[in-house]
Amino acid sequence: MNGIENNVLQPEGHNQPQITEADALVDTEELLITTQEEERISVASNWKLVWWRFRKNKLAVISAILLLFFSIVVLVPDFFSTHDPEATNARLAFIPIQNIHLIDEGRLRPWVPAVSGERDPVTLAMVWKIDETQKIYIRFFARGYPYKILNLIETDIHLVGTVDPEQSDQIFLLGTDRLGRDQFSRLAHATRISMTIGMASVILSVILGMVLGGISGYFGGWVDNFIQRLIELLQSLPTIPIWLALTAALPRTWSPEKVFFAITIILALRGWTTLAREVRGRFLSLREEDFILAAELAGCSRWRVILVHMIPTFTSHIIATSTLSIPVMIVTETSLSYLGLGLRPPAISWGVMLQEAQNIQTLALAPWLLIPGLTVIIAVLAFNLVGDGLRDAADPYS
Amino acid sequence: MTRFIIQRLLLIPVLLLIFSVMVFALVQAPPGDFLTSYIATLASTGSSLDQETIAMLERQFGLDQPVHIQYLRWMGRLLQGDLGLSLEYQRPNAELIAERLGLTVTLALSAFVFTWIVAIPLGIYSATHRNTILDYLTTVLNYIGVATPNFMLALILMWWAYSRFGVSITGLFSREFEQAPWSLAKVIDLAKHIWLPMIVLGIAGTARLTRVMRANLLDELNKPYMISGRARGLSEWQLVMKYPVRLAINPLISTIGWYLPELFSGSLIVATVMNLQNIGPLLLRSLINQDMYLAGGILLIYCFLAIIGTLISDLLLAWLDPRIRMEKS
Repeated sequence: MNGIENNVLQPEGHNQPQITEADALVDTEELLITTQEEERISVASNWKLVWWRFRKNKLAVISAILLLFFSIVVLVPDFFSTHDPEATNARLAFIPIQNIHLIDEGRLRPWVPAVSGERDPVTLAMVWKIDETQKIYIRFFARGYPYKILNLIETDIHLVGTVDPEQSDQIFLLGTDRLGRDQFSRLAHATRISMTIGMASVILSVILGMVLGGISGYFGGWVDNFIQRLIELLQSLPTIPIWLALTAALPRTWSPEKVFFAITIILALRGWTTLAREVRGRFLSLREEDFILAAELAGCSRWRVILVHMIPTFTSHIIATSTLSIPVMIVTETSLSYLGLGLRPPAISWGVMLQEAQNIQTLALAPWLLIPGLTVIIAVLAFNLVGDGLRDAADPYS
Repeated sequence: MTRFIIQRLLLIPVLLLIFSVMVFALVQAPPGDFLTSYIATLASTGSSLDQETIAMLERQFGLDQPVHIQYLRWMGRLLQGDLGLSLEYQRPNAELIAERLGLTVTLALSAFVFTWIVAIPLGIYSATHRNTILDYLTTVLNYIGVATPNFMLALILMWWAYSRFGVSITGLFSREFEQAPWSLAKVIDLAKHIWLPMIVLGIAGTARLTRVMRANLLDELNKPYMISGRARGLSEWQLVMKYPVRLAINPLISTIGWYLPELFSGSLIVATVMNLQNIGPLLLRSLINQDMYLAGGILLIYCFLAIIGTLISDLLLAWLDPRIRMEKS
């Protein structure tokens, strides 16, 4: 409304004495465009408005693209791997990062330098040297070990690989760890587990938070009182020690899948409380709104009122809040696994990978063991930026 | 006000009672107990315990009783201030915890002070010098500070110090003071070592607090009273410090309620990574070894610290903000 008024007033505001014909034409054209724009906004759905506002936040958009890439890795980690992530070879331990060179003798022909190892005669440790003269040519969409996409389609195409299949076991793009496992491939698989655990526990928290918060806010009375006390109790628990105790209580004999689900539930156990509080607050204020009364008078059932009239008014807000709580879950899982109480090998997560970096002496020799940590930071940063962007975009008063 | 305080104080034992049940259930939950894992360790080294000793140990620690009896016995002794005997260290738990509790609290409190000393001025500067290079730099650092897990920061710093200067920056004391009794020299030595874990522990909170402070202050800076103050000729420093800053800090007080407990429990991870002798690594060890009474005792202490943290913030808020005081009483 405001915008339209401004635009109408603008030609007068300029107060130019003689308006040429061309000027007038331009003005009306501009006027036409802006009114179209205004109309576009006034008929746009809430989701479109959110999207338009979100689009303006460049950092958030870049982060969203990054997260999209992460999710592709989550879906097909094998496509991004060059080796079997579990394959160990003690003779190939602590191989340094092989940098990718794009240009070879003035032509676009990507290659990585070969490494050659020698035993130190005194310490008997392997010392790896990057040998720039020996080039291993690599290409995109190369053939490697066979795997199944989403357990359905069998293929052996990988994102990168050696041109010569004979050399396929000689490239370690992010180096190797203590057991000679390829970090690059492990990182891809760790991304799958860590991201999934973060998202799964947030989804679980959202379901719990919506249901319990909704019940609390909609029904009120003793139910409300009980749920609120429960939330207060859970929120006053010291998080990390309790999480440690909970994960320590998981039997050592459990399979990685079982531990994975258990940890998801443990993380969600407290995650739902914040959301439940917010949902409850929304329900309380919405209950008084005229449109809810109107819906009730029109004979809508209770569930229809809740599902069709109440929840859609704050879904965008909930999505923003839950996006912001994914990184918290990821960091917690990583910390727990790092301390040895979260996921355990053979499961691969960022935290499990970082267990290899516990020893400072090792770390000084092989700093590339810290790369999973950088991945955590990037992922958390991206989630935070997208979450902030969504929150700002979902707020109608910004 | 007094009624409010008494109400809150009365709530503490109730909460602790509920927590004690939860904690006991937790430390009791893993299959097997300390004895089974102890026997397993012994067996792996080739030695073993005879049946009589096992039975005696079981009786001594009450492991032969049903769970609820075990809990009641634990609780009964707890009320007398007895946290039981550590199964692993064969020493009273209270002693083990007391040795390290001071360091836990010191570390958390110093991180807390660090956070406030850094975050408030930084937030004020960022808000009053909006869109300057330093403001952008602060924003970027804030994002990175929030995104970096504690232990990751500790790892990076330790790795950097080791590979650059060849020094290991773990621990809270120099070697000669580690076992020494408390003295002035030991306190000075502690001060020399504590700043790094303090920063590692406090950095995420600092980042968050700076952001909140900046946002709060920005809201205030656009209010009409600022213009009227300026029109009356107040210097910019006076104007900002006297009115909007005081208003902007108020909401921060309520963050103490979750921040202090978070520091207490967050120190666990930092302490484990940086090898600090506080109750964090002790808890971790006791959990892994199923030293259940020690783990239970430490968990209860953490619960207690969390409750105290919330209490402090509630009292501070009630004291500072008359609206809350009136509503509660």
